[in-house]
Amino acid sequence: MQTEKDNKQAEFDFQAKIDKGDKIEPKDWMPERYRNQLVRMMSQHAHSEIVGMLPEGNWITRAPSLRRKAILLAKVQDEAGHGMYLYSAAETLGVDRTEMLKQLHTGKAKYSSIFNYPTLTWADIGAIGWLVDGAAIMNQTALAKGSYGPYSRAMVRICKEESFHNRQGYEIMCSLSFGTSEQKQMAQDAFNRWWWPAIMMLGPSDDNSPNSDELMRWKVKMESSDSIRRRFIDRTVPQAEFIGLTVPDPHMKFNKETGHYEHGPINWEEFFNVIKGNGPCNKERVKARNEADKNGRWVREAAEAYAEKHKKN
Amino acid sequence: MENQTALFQYCLRLADSNLILSHRLSEWCGHGPILEEDIALINIALDFIGHGTALLQYAALVEGKGRSEDDLAYMRNEREYRNALLVEQPNGDYAKTIARQFLFDTFQYHFYQALQNSKDETLAALAAKALKEITYHLRHSSQWVLRMGDGTDESHSRIQTAFDDLWMFTGDLFDMDTTDETLLKQGIAVDLAPVKEKWQTQVSEVLQQATLKIPDQTFMQGGSRDGRHTEHLGYLLAEMQYLPRTYPGAKW
Ligand SMILES: [Fe+2]
Ligand SMILES: [Fe+2]
Ligand SMILES: [Fe+2]
Repeated sequence: MQTEKDNKQAEFDFQAKIDKGDKIEPKDWMPERYRNQLVRMMSQHAHSEIVGMLPEGNWITRAPSLRRKAILLAKVQDEAGHGMYLYSAAETLGVDRTEMLKQLHTGKAKYSSIFNYPTLTWADIGAIGWLVDGAAIMNQTALAKGSYGPYSRAMVRICKEESFHNRQGYEIMCSLSFGTSEQKQMAQDAFNRWWWPAIMMLGPSDDNSPNSDELMRWKVKMESSDSIRRRFIDRTVPQAEFIGLTVPDPHMKFNKETGHYEHGPINWEEFFNVIKGNGPCNKERVKARNEADKNGRWVREAAEAYAEKHKKN
Repeated sequence: MENQTALFQYCLRLADSNLILSHRLSEWCGHGPILEEDIALINIALDFIGHGTALLQYAALVEGKGRSEDDLAYMRNEREYRNALLVEQPNGDYAKTIARQFLFDTFQYHFYQALQNSKDETLAALAAKALKEITYHLRHSSQWVLRMGDGTDESHSRIQTAFDDLWMFTGDLFDMDTTDETLLKQGIAVDLAPVKEKWQTQVSEVLQQATLKIPDQTFMQGGSRDGRHTEHLGYLLAEMQYLPRTYPGAKW
């Protein structure tokens, strides 16, 4: 029987291991709250990859050239692969994919707020690769140094592909920005609409996120949201300027002393509303996932029935 | 018929079927019955678009009028498209998508086996390369035909209905015209009569194994060889071509 004293010792050893920079592996002892937090993060992350296929999938059939179409197909395939990989990583903590998906379908589990915005024009595909994958990389390179082995390894692998996506998205924006005046307008419009949601997807301000300390100590969270946001902005603003796009933030300015950009006030009310389900596409996204699940049931049942009948004895 | 015109038409025919089926498969993106199938369908759609693009590049070269593969894909209208009627049929449920895929994969498999030996080196090389992918596509769709046919009552009836509905579009795959005749003489085109036999044998075998009936309908639709399609193609092209047509001359 485990006494309270054993638990204290285990928790102490666990922390010591993390402090030393060792990874926690699935069979290792871990506090229940650590496990739950990771399941929450990893499944949320997996759901984001899968739901993210919808806004981008929206433009595959309308991609304006064969090359762009192939690149977009390959990107969306990568995202589906990330989802698979992350569900498997989360399963090492004892929840199965079906259970995680059920939570997505019932609205119990969240996914990134960003995918509740619509992709209105082709330029949105550029903006997503450039800004959304760009912001995700900032977050994920930090997470790659996290303490949970399977998650951190998944992040290393996924980050490599995300940086491709990021470059390809930026390349779309370049083509548009240096294209016809209509194309340039399309690029600026997409930039205007995706900039703030991308800034916000990195999470609420540090003074607004509870239990941050413990997560940092456990190396579940590696860097504060504000700091990741700063890195993202510092990297992205010059990229925008380079292709002649205007950052839709009149307060944005470069602080020579700190060497960082400073942004204007963020509309957190919008962010929390989108999280709560009031974004432009929340209902559609969850409905699309539910319908895919419902329409696919007979297919999965057929596969099971067939496997059962043809089981090798 | 002039050789060059015939070869151009022949390339379009092969390219267009790949392009249009890729389009249909990509419509599933994010809506598949299970994540593994989402990935498989995107993978197959990617193979088709890659192969279709290579064929259109060759078609453009053969035509020699300075058109690009994108011009050919995005600027031809419905009556100029040469894809098989089968591949433009809407996705329907997953059974219909799989039945369409299986019928076409089996055709492509045997067709490309023969095209590998074409006297046209480019076509022969493209065929050899595509066969590796097609072998995988056919395995994927055959397995699903078996699972659905020999799965549950519901899946059995769905896939049977799908085959019954699609059957009349399969004859079109094997129709031959002056394009074929011109190129057959030079050992470039594939004789579709033996391909049809192999196709029939293999389709029968798999359907039988899947406890399904071969549809008894024998009257076949035709027309794709001279661009007479079903009503579905117009909508598909309207969607696919809208950006380059809305912004003529723009580079993407
Ligand atoms: Fe991803
Ligand atoms: Fe990505
Ligand atoms: Fe492939």
